[in-house]
Amino acid sequence: MVHALISTFHGPLPLLGVMLNPLWQWLIEPLQAGFMVKAIWVSAFVGVVCAVLSCYITLKGWSLMGDAVSHAVVPGVVVAYAMGLPFALGAFIFGFGATVIIGYVKSATRLKEDAVIGVIFTGFFAFGLVLATKIPSNVDLFHILFGNVLGISPSDIIQTLIAGIATLVIILVRRKDLLLFCFDPNHAKAIGLNTQLMYYTLLSVLALTIVTALQTAGIVLVVAMLVTPGATAYLLTDRFDHMLAISVATSVISCVVGTYFSYHLDISTGGSIVVLMTMLFTLAMVFAPKYGLLRQKIMRQVPVE
Amino acid sequence: MRSDTFGITVENISVTYSNAHLALYNASCYVQPGTITGLVGPNGGGKSTLFRTIMGFVNPNQGRIHIDGLSVKMAQKRQLMAYVPQADDVDWNFPVSVADVVMMGRYGYMNMLRIPGREDRRQVAESLERVGMVDFRHRQIGELSGGQKKRAFLARAMAQKSRVILLDEPFTGVDVKTEKRIVNLLLQLREEGHTILLSTHDLASISTFCDRTILLNRTVLAEGTTAETFTEENLSMTFGSLPLSSLNPTQVMPNQYPLSTQDQLTD
Ligand SMILES: Nc1ncnc2c1ncn2[C@@H]1O[C@H](COP(=O)(O)OP(=O)(O)OP(=O)(O)O)[C@@H](O)[C@H]1O
Ligand SMILES: [Mg+2]
Repeated sequence: MVHALISTFHGPLPLLGVMLNPLWQWLIEPLQAGFMVKAIWVSAFVGVVCAVLSCYITLKGWSLMGDAVSHAVVPGVVVAYAMGLPFALGAFIFGFGATVIIGYVKSATRLKEDAVIGVIFTGFFAFGLVLATKIPSNVDLFHILFGNVLGISPSDIIQTLIAGIATLVIILVRRKDLLLFCFDPNHAKAIGLNTQLMYYTLLSVLALTIVTALQTAGIVLVVAMLVTPGATAYLLTDRFDHMLAISVATSVISCVVGTYFSYHLDISTGGSIVVLMTMLFTLAMVFAPKYGLLRQKIMRQVPVE
Repeated sequence: MRSDTFGITVENISVTYSNAHLALYNASCYVQPGTITGLVGPNGGGKSTLFRTIMGFVNPNQGRIHIDGLSVKMAQKRQLMAYVPQADDVDWNFPVSVADVVMMGRYGYMNMLRIPGREDRRQVAESLERVGMVDFRHRQIGELSGGQKKRAFLARAMAQKSRVILLDEPFTGVDVKTEKRIVNLLLQLREEGHTILLSTHDLASISTFCDRTILLNRTVLAEGTTAETFTEENLSMTFGSLPLSSLNPTQVMPNQYPLSTQDQLTD
């Protein structure tokens, strides 16, 4: 096929054509399939939503909470499918419900937060597995666990869009307060802001984001999309607005390119997206201008004056 | 509920942390308006706890606090109190600049989107100017010296324009020159009518600028003008092992969960 392409190319820059054509083909050919067009823009959209939230989650130190919510949605998804309700509704209710229970158990016992989170989310997840294997429904456990953006249905796209847009709007309107809440909740309280409300706002957008990303990354990998872009950006800058931009850029690139790889190599979409994200993270970790390992090493070798 | 006194009134406060540690027991004191009051006591004596309780970050399991006659909640809503935290209570790696932090002092005056207006920008510029941090305004907050960090947060408190300013150990890790500079600012703020309460371990400097002193070791052991409070007897009572035997902590029945859910989750 490549041969045919080269021989049909008669432009003034044949050499460039030889180099570019396969790449062009690689990018264009999948778009002839309608499902791929959908998959690519859905995953790009999911990439934006996750990237924005991930900045807050990494700064707040809520990665584990993200993992918890993503696992806790399973019973909600199963129940929703069994009852013929939108999956997003069930997922949101169970995901958010789990965080409320975590908050309650933590305040009512002397356990540390990580232990409470560990107990509650695995409990929810296990309950979901039990339900999924018992309730007769057409829910595909594999798709819940690992995502299925290539086969996403129109109604799932609508739910993804609603959850994602809600997340973006809430964050856009409350962004300064949420950042203050992550940085200095005491000051937020001191100036009369309702920190309890902000705590639950952040938790609910976390649950909404997970609902958004569920179809793309699946439960098991969604936490990577919620943490890695923010973590990568955090290594690259000291300014929050730059952090947001970098996070969105790395996330969207990973999502789009990952979806292409998934198509061409016939590999898991969520898997290839997250592998790309992790590679970008590793690059940032090593080469970041200020906080990178290389820079730190060079700094250490500079003699102290 | 209001009592008509200005200043800070603390009545019979007891605070238990979630690990059942009784940090404050039956503490009562009064901070006069328009004064600088020093809060002195040993490590673990409960100074930061008293601050957190006055600020409303921690709920006491008994007792009442009024700020200029208002409850803590009302005082928060009306921007009556500003707080300069102890250095180790801050995430110094957070991606915010000095100017961002000072601007946070203005959020209480802004609309919901927190878009700064001309007055907000003016107050931020003025506060940075007064603490001498204009040149550092674009620095990430972790890239400052200990003294500069203190000044950055003092600038935030000043931008907040609160009548009452609480400072937890503003002089710890600060050199003599910076300490002088901060003391001068505090004296200016007092002239402008602010009420200032600060904790410190520097007993020597207290008498040079604190109008009043409160001695604290799990409860208030003495309070009054610095001259009358700073007696040998009072100090040895505060820093020696005496005071606890005069309390009877077993009488208190602390609520089992004195902190709100939110406090514990966001700590
Ligand atoms: N978040 C917390 N959870 C449990 N115990 C706490 C907490 N904060 C403080 N304590 C305990 O309460 C007591 C009073 O602490 P506090 O920080 O108020 O003392 P302090 O007078 O400010 O001490 P320092 O001079 O060291 O700053 C200490 O015994 C401390 O261990
Ligand atoms: Mg302290």
